[in-house]
Amino acid sequence: MQAEEKFTYETWPAEPERSTLESKNKFLGFWLFLGGETVLFASLFATYIALKDKVPNPSMPHAKDLFELPLTFVATILLLTSSLTSVYAIYHMKNFAFKKMMLWFGITALLGAGFLASEIYEFTKYVHEHHTFTSSAFGSAFYTLVGFHGGHVAFGLLWCLTLMIRNAKRGLNLYNAPKFYVFSLYWHFIDVVWVFIFTVVYLMGMVG
Amino acid sequence: MKRLANWRLISLFAILALVLSGCGEPFLSTLQPAGEVADMQFNLMKLSTYIMIGVILVVTIIFIIVFFRFRRKDDTIPEQVEGSHKLEILWTVIPILLLLILAVPTVTTTFKLADVSAADKKDSKALVINVRAHLYWWDFEYPNQKIVTSQELVVPTNQKVYFNLKAMDVKHAFWIPAVGGKMDVNTDNVNKFWLEFDGKKAKEAGNLFYGKCAELCGPSHGLMDFKVKAVSKDQFDAWVKSMQSVTAPQKAPDGSLVAQGQAIFNQSCIGCHAVTPSNKLPDTARLAPNLTNFGDRSRIAGILDHNEKDLKNWIRNPEKYKPGNMMAGKYPKMNEQELDALAAYLMSLKVQQ
Amino acid sequence: MSTYTQKKGFGATLWDYLTTVDHKKIAILYFIAGGFFFLVGGIEAIFIRIQLAVPNNDFVSAGVYNEIMTMHGTTMIFLAAMPLIFAFMNAVMPLQIGARDVAFPFVNAISFWMFFFGGVFLNLGWFLGGAPDAGWTNYASLATHSKGHGVDFYVIGLQISGFGTLMGGINFLATIINMRAPGMTYMRMPLFTWTTFVTSALILFAFPPLTVGLFLMMFDRMFGAKFFEVAMGGNTVIWEHLFWIFGHPEVYILILPAFGIFSETFAIFSRKRLFGYSSMVFATVLIGFLGFMVWAHHMFTDGLGPVANAIFAVATMAIGVPTGIKIFNWLFTMWGGSVKFTTPMHYAFAFIPSFVIGGVTGVMLASAAADYQYHDTYFVVAHFHYVIVGGVVFALLCGTHLYWPKMFGTMLNETLGKITFWLFFIGFHLTFFIQHFLGLWGMPRRVFTYLPGQGLNNGNLISSIGAAFMAVAVLILLLNVIITSVKNEKVGNDPWGDGRTLEWSVSSPPPFYNFKQLPLVRGLDAYWLEKMEGKTGMTPAEPLGDIHMPNSSILPFIMAFGLFIAAFGVMYHVNDKPWALPVMIIGLLITLGSMLIRSVKDDHGFHIHKEDLIDNNNKGVKA
Repeated sequence: MQAEEKFTYETWPAEPERSTLESKNKFLGFWLFLGGETVLFASLFATYIALKDKVPNPSMPHAKDLFELPLTFVATILLLTSSLTSVYAIYHMKNFAFKKMMLWFGITALLGAGFLASEIYEFTKYVHEHHTFTSSAFGSAFYTLVGFHGGHVAFGLLWCLTLMIRNAKRGLNLYNAPKFYVFSLYWHFIDVVWVFIFTVVYLMGMVG
Repeated sequence: MKRLANWRLISLFAILALVLSGCGEPFLSTLQPAGEVADMQFNLMKLSTYIMIGVILVVTIIFIIVFFRFRRKDDTIPEQVEGSHKLEILWTVIPILLLLILAVPTVTTTFKLADVSAADKKDSKALVINVRAHLYWWDFEYPNQKIVTSQELVVPTNQKVYFNLKAMDVKHAFWIPAVGGKMDVNTDNVNKFWLEFDGKKAKEAGNLFYGKCAELCGPSHGLMDFKVKAVSKDQFDAWVKSMQSVTAPQKAPDGSLVAQGQAIFNQSCIGCHAVTPSNKLPDTARLAPNLTNFGDRSRIAGILDHNEKDLKNWIRNPEKYKPGNMMAGKYPKMNEQELDALAAYLMSLKVQQ
Repeated sequence: MSTYTQKKGFGATLWDYLTTVDHKKIAILYFIAGGFFFLVGGIEAIFIRIQLAVPNNDFVSAGVYNEIMTMHGTTMIFLAAMPLIFAFMNAVMPLQIGARDVAFPFVNAISFWMFFFGGVFLNLGWFLGGAPDAGWTNYASLATHSKGHGVDFYVIGLQISGFGTLMGGINFLATIINMRAPGMTYMRMPLFTWTTFVTSALILFAFPPLTVGLFLMMFDRMFGAKFFEVAMGGNTVIWEHLFWIFGHPEVYILILPAFGIFSETFAIFSRKRLFGYSSMVFATVLIGFLGFMVWAHHMFTDGLGPVANAIFAVATMAIGVPTGIKIFNWLFTMWGGSVKFTTPMHYAFAFIPSFVIGGVTGVMLASAAADYQYHDTYFVVAHFHYVIVGGVVFALLCGTHLYWPKMFGTMLNETLGKITFWLFFIGFHLTFFIQHFLGLWGMPRRVFTYLPGQGLNNGNLISSIGAAFMAVAVLILLLNVIITSVKNEKVGNDPWGDGRTLEWSVSSPPPFYNFKQLPLVRGLDAYWLEKMEGKTGMTPAEPLGDIHMPNSSILPFIMAFGLFIAAFGVMYHVNDKPWALPVMIIGLLITLGSMLIRSVKDDHGFHIHKEDLIDNNNKGVKA
């Protein structure tokens, strides 16, 4: 099958994300990349756990003074939902329903932007409580771990928007279908990372 | 360099002899163990070397046979052998057994060397020394004796000495090769270990072991040496007593060169260098080597010969002898006469006659 | 689009290499850049040995010595050994599995250019106020303490080249999993391909911890973070862990491909199938796996406690077992064979005793309690040079001679090759054997000088003399390269006459599409099997048809160049230079912009038509 070929609902393959050698490679290569990303985040988690609550003097804010569940709960819901909406988008991609796919990816991006906004709000709040990137090892580790995740979300947003704008007028084919699919993989991945951040940083932070 | 070139051939032979005897200097070499720790480690070295020489022999024999027997002589194609399960199992199982033979003493020795429980006990009688590593010099505090000395560690022989190690600036490592393996001196935490100095071997080494910093710590890492005076228990106790007796800087007779030197010292040096052994100041406030018993030491700055000429050279330009040290530029320039006086004073700082 | 070799002007050739996505040309780029850095690292090594030849020497100052010593290690590991290994992986692996290129040719080019610009940036320290001086391990307290920009060059340079390496690893993994020729099952893959596979997996899992470590160091040094500042709650041991979780697998990243090259060499020149192929594969995978379990043996003296030390000691010893399996398998590959001592075989043969010495000292080092004596002394220096020079560098020299015809279409001179070998071999043992004893006699590593009267003078002098031998050997190798390049006598598909794997079934160098028709693989040593049946080439697995090839592109070069620009901005932003921030932003925009262009501009590649292939009948599968 050729990447440039035009398709209809009937001729659209069952697994459009891996029906050419190029897309098979892309699919596999991206999974491998996520394997590397997992180790990257594992290292960041280990660093965070080692430096949690390590502040130069005891009067400075600790994890259990800082974190508030309602805010992170909202952020979590936003991101988890966006993962679900990207599943819908891929479902429509597989059914060659381009418009619906674009709609759901649009919602995904919107939810992602909402998550990012809540994170920025959260960070500014902490900075006002004198918990900054440079105030302590704890601060450095916190902003690095959560910030790396936030950076991934931001990059994902740009990626999603680029894909949508670029392909807005030309519908699905075997050249761009794998691109959408790989993006959704990425999006799920950062979602999973968030679940761990929520558990390790926030829930365990509340417990003390 | 020219002189060296002439010596090259002779050195080659000399080194061959050295390799065969495999010793090194008694005050520095790990191959001439002078204490319980070094002994244990030397035994492990020997055990592993024997096992490994066995392995090397087997490989060498096969290697030589292959070299002579299987060179290409004609164009015949040899039989394409896939492998041999028997052989492969053989050379999997035998190494495992050999490694087990090595693993057991390794593990037991590792635990023995890490056992500092005697020093951690309340009201322990053990001799404990707090080692503080600074950029290119060593500070030694005897907390139970309440004294501090620097650069030259004094220890009693034939008993366990416990060390608490901590670095004050960057990471260092504390190593007395002839007496036992090293321990890192971290900035984050206190590391603890023990050594024992063998009396008989100490005598053979001239009662003076060489100590080294083994972790890269900056330009003068290679010069961050210290010395260890290993003396008998009685001599050690006497030394401690005479150190403790110094409670205030000794006053030199008026008008003497030494007194003149002391005045210079009090003006330019005493801000960093203490001349009393008290450990009342916290370790962070001990900015430079304690000089209470400077005149008794065997080296200047851990590396230079212990005489007035080298001492003056050192004070004139420490940077030249220990690049990157913290002393250079912290005091005014001195003329020859001032240097003479200062050197005379420093050399007079003795606690033992 | 096509790159049929014709005489081209210098400009056209340069443009061709700047934009190439062909794995064979990228291999040559890696080879040239890696070779260049190898010479740089070698010169640094010579400086080290001159300085240490006599006690109290002042050939270089203490500070400069630390820079030279740091850069020697960093350059040799990251900028010489790894790229040279990548050169062989690129040149040989796709051919060995019967593929037309790697899975992501475009990414392959990005990998190279990122490594290249990272390496250049790292070395710019020499000209811009001082190179890194905290050792190649860059331990946190000293590295954060180090003045000037030296360590910044290390951190940013390695970060950039590390990304390139990581993508290269993913690329090779995807290639081997997805693009093997029909019939090429996993257990029929040549051992070099297997080691490439395992090495790439190690890269994938080992480089991210380094990336994180470098980020933390960068944040601390350049953005005021407090990860390693003890007074602010930081902890320097985190760096040691992250570094060695990367650093130990890195050792296997280097040595496994070396094992692969030797495995090919032993089989080829013994005219015999590799003895115990399946156990070799098993041992390779096992070494790769265990490689992640032993990092703390670099930290035995760190005060981790006896439990951790004992566990890591035993785990480390365990690695000796699969390595031993390999040594015996190689010996028994030659046993009963018809061994021809060509230059590559000289290296392979000499590798065995040299590496065994490095291996057994490795087991000695694994014995934690005894390691307290070896740690950070010249004994360790001797050990890792025995494995890295006696293993990796021997393999690189072996591979250079073995694969030179496949990469450049002409043979290196055998006589000069053997002279190089003997000088290098003698120099190597002369330099490093005595260093075991220097360490045991009490000489710590990384010292810029030593005082007389400690019994260390003679040993150091001998070591320095040995280094001179190695330097001469490298010069003769260079001479050999020049002479053969000028002569440029073309050779056929299988210049050694005993080639066993697919790369020897195509012309030297291969056509840019590698295989006109993908070959049908009928067993291990596919080409050898065909030859034994009297055929001259592989049986095709597909009818002659159009071949789909990727387009060349300058974007990989620009992407990496953007990061190179941004690096200056990041670094000088510490000094409050007003231009730093704009430079950083411009650099990142260049990179992101080229990513955007890549993303929105469709690139479907092009097709070579059947008719064109028929015209070139002497290329491709048929020999």
